Amino acid sequence: MSEPIKDFTTVVPFWQPRVAPVILENATDEQLAAMKVTVSNTKIGEYTLVLAQDPETLQQRTPLFNGIMYSRGGLSRAETELGAVAASVVNQCIYCAAVHANRYNELTKDESVMDAIFSPSENDDEDSPISPRLKALLDFATNLSQCPSVATKEDVERLIENELSIGEVLDLVLSASLFGWANRLMHVLGDPLPKD
Amino acid sequence: MDIFETVVAKSAGITAGSPLTAVLTLRKEILELTENSHEASLRPNQTGSLTHSERAGLACRITKRNNDPVLTRHYETMFGVGSQQIADTGFNGGGDDRLKAIIRHTDLVTLNPKDATEGDITALRSVGLDDADIVRLSELIAFISYQVRVVAGLRLIAEVA
Repeated sequence: MSEPIKDFTTVVPFWQPRVAPVILENATDEQLAAMKVTVSNTKIGEYTLVLAQDPETLQQRTPLFNGIMYSRGGLSRAETELGAVAASVVNQCIYCAAVHANRYNELTKDESVMDAIFSPSENDDEDSPISPRLKALLDFATNLSQCPSVATKEDVERLIENELSIGEVLDLVLSASLFGWANRLMHVLGDPLPKD
Repeated sequence: MDIFETVVAKSAGITAGSPLTAVLTLRKEILELTENSHEASLRPNQTGSLTHSERAGLACRITKRNNDPVLTRHYETMFGVGSQQIADTGFNGGGDDRLKAIIRHTDLVTLNPKDATEGDITALRSVGLDDADIVRLSELIAFISYQVRVVAGLRLIAEVA
């Protein structure tokens, strides 16, 4: 078996579970119902099959996840992904960071921001591709993701100064917090491996 | 569901008439699903080997690790037999190997999820947790870690709004 990936990447790895996924043919009605919310096709991922071991939480978690990441109005899709990436960097969840960095890059058609986040040494000063608004977003989400949170009122004021509305700040709180949850499943219950 | 009656809104001190009412109403579904997740994590119908009392104790312990006395008090109201001891951050499980492994794992994943390894999963199995129990415990820790941050964020927004 190949070694788990240790460095941040925008190439989405393969997720190798550490605990047994539910076997679809043996799934209970409750597990099937919880998983059905996730997918509209027959391809159910290993991660969902692992979480189906606890169908009561999965049943709520999937619509909650989609609601936070894909709801209309409020924070843009790309900036919502940024909250996810910031949390995943703090928690060093290589898999989540890759998936959401990849989505950010697709949405923005710009890889320079993620390159700068993943290789901070090359990114100190005014050359940084990270705008003051994005920096304010990242700093807030990073601070909120510590345990305990070290986010402050000043962090939120900086977001407002950078023209985020209160609704957008709320969406950023939700996205970063959601990955405080997701990272603690993805990084703890499995390993990110190279895709072949 | 009244959004102001949810655990996160109440813990953040947000009441009807708050300047956050409009933006929270826009995200009503998310607050409802958060409340449902609280029930599913703390008081599920199928508990596996993690009793409601143990869950309340662990949740309370996680809120202490996150320095959130308001949520700590909330989980104290859900205490059953044994919860109090589990919630005591000076208690490491004592001579109970199963409880010791569960508490060790909870503290690790709460504080330093990045340090979790395959060996930590093996350690839970070795004290009798099956894979479904390991997922249940993970969801509990992960949900509370989400909840404390939502509450922390809401409080900060309320200060500025």
